[in-house]
Amino acid sequence: MKPAPFCYHAPASVAEAISLLRDLRDEDAKVLAGGQSLMPMVNMRLARPAHLVDINGIDDLAHISCPDDGGLAIGALTRQRRLERSAEVARRAPLLAEALPLIGDRLVRSRGTIGGSLAHADPTAELPVVAVALDAEIGVVGPQGARPVPSSQFFVSVLTTAVEVDELLVEVRLPPATPGEGYAFVELARQHGAFAIVAVAASVALDDGHIREARIALGGVAPIPVRAWEAEEALRGQPFIPETLARAAEMTAAATDPMPDVHGSPEYRRAMAAVHTRRALQLAGDRATSTGGAAGA
Amino acid sequence: MPNGLPIMPMPVAMRVDGHLYERAVEPRRLLCDYIRQDLGLTGTHVGCEHGICGACTVIVNGEAVKSCLMLAVQARGADVQTVEALAQNGQLHPLQEAFAEHHALQCGFCTPGMLMAALTFLNENSDPTDEQIKLGMDGNLCRCTGYYNIVDAIRAAARMMRV
Ligand SMILES: Cc1cc2nc3c(=O)[nH]c(=O)nc-3n(C[C@H](O)[C@H](O)[C@H](O)COP(=O)(O)OP(=O)(O)OC[C@H]3O[C@@H](n4cnc5c(N)ncnc54)[C@H](O)[C@@H]3O)c2cc1C
Ligand code: FES
Ligand code: FES
Repeated sequence: MKPAPFCYHAPASVAEAISLLRDLRDEDAKVLAGGQSLMPMVNMRLARPAHLVDINGIDDLAHISCPDDGGLAIGALTRQRRLERSAEVARRAPLLAEALPLIGDRLVRSRGTIGGSLAHADPTAELPVVAVALDAEIGVVGPQGARPVPSSQFFVSVLTTAVEVDELLVEVRLPPATPGEGYAFVELARQHGAFAIVAVAASVALDDGHIREARIALGGVAPIPVRAWEAEEALRGQPFIPETLARAAEMTAAATDPMPDVHGSPEYRRAMAAVHTRRALQLAGDRATSTGGAAGA
Repeated sequence: MPNGLPIMPMPVAMRVDGHLYERAVEPRRLLCDYIRQDLGLTGTHVGCEHGICGACTVIVNGEAVKSCLMLAVQARGADVQTVEALAQNGQLHPLQEAFAEHHALQCGFCTPGMLMAALTFLNENSDPTDEQIKLGMDGNLCRCTGYYNIVDAIRAAARMMRV
């Protein structure tokens, strides 16, 4: 099908975009970034926005900057493909680097943006899980100015985030990785390039064969990406052995609340959450270097 | 209904296969439809219209993209390459030669997109492994060939293009 008619706007700056979005706030305006989620819906007329505000002409939204603290600040419009090929991303955010190639296909990632993926908030998308696992801070700008939103408060529900209709997601800020920490992103998908049925991001930091700290975030098991806080707590100080990981994985799965869909029942998703949590923890721990010795990944 | 003006056709200039075109284009016109219907360049195919099949792949400013997920107005000022400019002076491009040689097409519906995706892929990686070819071509579906011949053709084209 073809899109229904709409008004097209191409602001050249964030300020111009915000003033447009404010003027159009009661008129069903949609931000257009890479278009890889929005355009299929517009083509099929599942979405019929009256206005499209195309942010692709805003140059200062497409940066990858490396603050001195060792973290990363990524402009919302940065293409997924560019991130995937960035040496800085590989070095400073290995979890993000591992998740990126699992998104769609090469052509989709050439247009798709990091901001679009987070703003779209598909419950089975990869990048929201990464953001929640890494405690990312999401930079949002609106008529009242800029406000940072912690990833734990960013995702509200299926396809719904803390970004208001007159606001723009402008930047994704990742805190520095802990030296020696290991990361893993694993997912179960029906086929290469498909959205995940269950996706798990994990990090493990080891001290002398014991888990100093672990983080677990899951996608596909709830309306929004979730952290497995209880399992993380239970892992602290435990020996890094398969039994410990299996127990944490069961605990993680038991705490999920999956929705049924054509790709899997809640029971299936919960079972797969356990399997993939265990695998992600194992892989992350295998990649961690015990501290007390050399720092750095 | 929106009362702003930009719902009306707006002037768009872009270069397609080396020619500069200046047309008034409705904002909702997809890039693939602009190429096929407004410019009459029907070498680019349209399959699914929602980003799954890759038949509509063209190269915009050096990047292969699915042209059904881009508006024509978004390509204003851009340099667009379609399958129609691959052959030069009646000479097939090495990729086209290799596709013919290796039976990498049957009905040919996916081929324009395959060729454009392959071209950008080989620009990034001139000596790929089969596994890399499969990953690099993961945005393009073929319902006829079973893909083996397509991988063979791209491997062969890479060899021809290296010399
Ligand atoms: C064939 C195919 C397969 C795919 N497979 C996957 C997959 O496996 N995993 C996956 O995660 N994704 C997948 N996607 C989606 C892809 O990752 C998209 O790139 C992403 O979801 C949206 O990013 P975008 O830049 O294209 O955003 P758009 O499509 O332009 O926008 C998406 C939504 O976010 C809003 N938005 C975008 N940017 C901003 C901003 N800066 N501020 C405020 N709101 C904004 C838009 O208004 C819209 O509602 C697939 C897409 C296709 C076509
Ligand atoms: S027609 Fe564009 S991807 Fe299928
Ligand atoms: S040759 Fe028929 S779809 Fe590929």
